[in-house]
Amino acid sequence: MHIIESGNVAAATGVKLSRAEVIAAYPITPQTPLTEKLSELVDSGEMKAEYIPVESEHSALAVCIAASSSGSRAFTATSANGLLYMNEQIHWAAGARLPIVMCVVNRGIGAPWTVWNDHQDSISQRDTGWIQLYQCDHQQIIDTVIQAFLIAETVSIPVMVCYDGYLLSHTYMPFEIPGQSEIDKFLPKFKPAYFLDPKNPANLNTVTLPDVRPDVRGDLAPGYMEIRHNLHMDMRRTISVVEEVDRKYQKVTGRGGTPLVEKYECDDADFIAVCLGSLSYQLRDVVDMMRKEGIKAGVFGIRLYRPFPDQAIANALSRAKGVVVFEKALSYGNQGALFADIKSALYNSGNKPFVHNYILGLGGREIKTQDLFNSFMASCKDDGKIGDEPQWIGLKM
Amino acid sequence: MKDNKYGSMKSHSEPGPGDGGRTGSWRVVRPVIDNSKCIPAKSNKMSCFTCWLFCPDGVITKTIPPTIDYEYCKGCEICAEECPVDAITMVEEADFTEEEK
Repeated sequence: MHIIESGNVAAATGVKLSRAEVIAAYPITPQTPLTEKLSELVDSGEMKAEYIPVESEHSALAVCIAASSSGSRAFTATSANGLLYMNEQIHWAAGARLPIVMCVVNRGIGAPWTVWNDHQDSISQRDTGWIQLYQCDHQQIIDTVIQAFLIAETVSIPVMVCYDGYLLSHTYMPFEIPGQSEIDKFLPKFKPAYFLDPKNPANLNTVTLPDVRPDVRGDLAPGYMEIRHNLHMDMRRTISVVEEVDRKYQKVTGRGGTPLVEKYECDDADFIAVCLGSLSYQLRDVVDMMRKEGIKAGVFGIRLYRPFPDQAIANALSRAKGVVVFEKALSYGNQGALFADIKSALYNSGNKPFVHNYILGLGGREIKTQDLFNSFMASCKDDGKIGDEPQWIGLKM
Repeated sequence: MKDNKYGSMKSHSEPGPGDGGRTGSWRVVRPVIDNSKCIPAKSNKMSCFTCWLFCPDGVITKTIPPTIDYEYCKGCEICAEECPVDAITMVEEADFTEEEK
């Protein structure tokens, strides 16, 4: 069934089809109508889930951690400063290996106050041990929310489904809703390998000493470093799981095929633009304009940002003459985080294209297609002047 | 996508003696039960056991008379505080060290 609705409704519908059992959310700004929609679905009985309104985002994720620890499929959503308020629990959920799914509706972070779109919120959570997937349109939002539960539950790692605030969250677009029976086959009931069970009482995530030591049975129990190493190794293996889940989803719905990156006109491209989120669709217009000028340009939209599919990225980008990274976030005092990651992925490849960095759209500053075109063209024609410093697009003072 | 392939290392510990090491060595004061005051010991009935219920380390037995496992008792004094008939007194470990010499 096709409907025309907002990105938030697409996400809520995905959560409903995934049969999430516990939803905890804090309703005040910077929350979006996504959780409002879910509360309506639970209230009307359309969705059988426990909806727990809490007093803060920190508590929202704490409730999801508790629910997931006891074997329930848990979901929450937040944005910007709400996401930051969760921070301690975000690290905890990953270390505890709980397959929670959270939508992060990307918004700028205060101070000064802003509610508009950029990526600083989820980029600042890059190193927490969560899987991060970025969306370009409403169809990807609903499809990815459903896939996120299967990915999370397969690898026991929580997933952030990130999509642009306002640009996707509040705009209306047609998308297809898959059938419940298809999704039930795709995503079976959550069967945790290990959960809190009164019949077999246990302490979870108690103090681990710097060294390993025997447990109560005399077996060697992993210490902090082993548990963290295991998380990292499983994160690396998650790249192939994301691809596998995508193939499975494709069989059910016919959609998919681009789980890690979305390429547009990249095959013969000399110059490739790289970005996260819906910006990659705007850049397709830029590429069309450049191709009319005779420049072989392409867009490389990254969907899986953590774990970072560095191998696939290096293989695809090392053939180009130049790579231009457009970012709505910044590691202050250094460069864009994605820019640094892209350069790092290319470091060991034989051919090293130049890599430029543009910072744009912070706090919802309008991104004009003509500005993107001018910057991309300037990079293509650059004779070494642009260098490694991030360039800013759209600054007016 | 085999179920047990991922997340093989998580921190969980089952309750049982010794999971946190021999915590009895942390103790500076030792709870000692006076069986002439202790309700189950005195009445010979399975009753009271407030100390057993409150002990955060589960080192007190629900028996007549109740006994304390000093290998793991940390000497937190909760049992002495909660005992309704003041049958448990806290004695300096130093006193026993002298004795054991």
